[in-house]
Amino acid sequence: MHRNPSRPLSPHLSIWRWGPHMLVSILHRVTGSGLALAAALLVWWLVAAATGAEAYATFTSVMGWLTGTGAPEGAVGWILYAIGVIIGVGLVWAFFQHTLSGLRHFVMDIGAGYELRTNRTWAVMTIVGSLLLTALFWAWILFGRGA
Amino acid sequence: MSAKMETALKQVRGLGSAREGARHWWHERVSALASLILSGWFIVSLLRLPAYDRGTIVEWLGSPLAAVPMALLVITTFWHLKMGVIVVIEDYVHEEGSKLFWVTLVNFLAILGAGLALFALFKIAVTGSAA
Repeated sequence: MHRNPSRPLSPHLSIWRWGPHMLVSILHRVTGSGLALAAALLVWWLVAAATGAEAYATFTSVMGWLTGTGAPEGAVGWILYAIGVIIGVGLVWAFFQHTLSGLRHFVMDIGAGYELRTNRTWAVMTIVGSLLLTALFWAWILFGRGA
Repeated sequence: MSAKMETALKQVRGLGSAREGARHWWHERVSALASLILSGWFIVSLLRLPAYDRGTIVEWLGSPLAAVPMALLVITTFWHLKMGVIVVIEDYVHEEGSKLFWVTLVNFLAILGAGLALFALFKIAVTGSAA
């Protein structure tokens, strides 16, 4: 791009005071990118189920790690356990955050929700909602079926 | 290239748009809506399954009412993620050569991923729990 550096650019990220709408905007990208990587897990699950018992056992052992089942042993065990829980909880949160901020995009696509206070409220609500839904999801997985 | 005595705006004025923006934007929305409906179905179905062992999963995915939405979920998800990741690449990779490389790589990987998942679903559907 041939840009004359002596001419000013329009104000960009560094000039604005951070607000929830900016956080939600960048989270939409970050969570979307993370979920794109996690799509490999979906493929692995289906391929493992189609391949056989052994392939499926390998997959479930990794998913067991991501859902924090099993008792960790030793320092390395606890670190691995913590990483697994962070990824497992993080992926579910990423899904709900991306879904809720995507719904917010749908509303804004029709031209609604740009009033400052409304915009701020719904930006905050996507964050509150994604945290609540993540907690509910894991509560159901871990305790809901009485397992 | 020698520096041009023109602003960036002057250089693009009159060239029109790339003519793909609106379609890309619309496909993002359509694939998002489809993925929203199908992933809702997927999560509810997962939470309702009695267990997650291979036998249960294969039996569940052997049913047309599970296999077809799952195949559609794979298609819409990979379609959507391909478009989304490409937008991110286009925003942050400025050098044309590496941009082309990463966009092509994402296209290939997305089609590979969707292809693997769809074939796996097909195999489960035709061989069932006998596999």
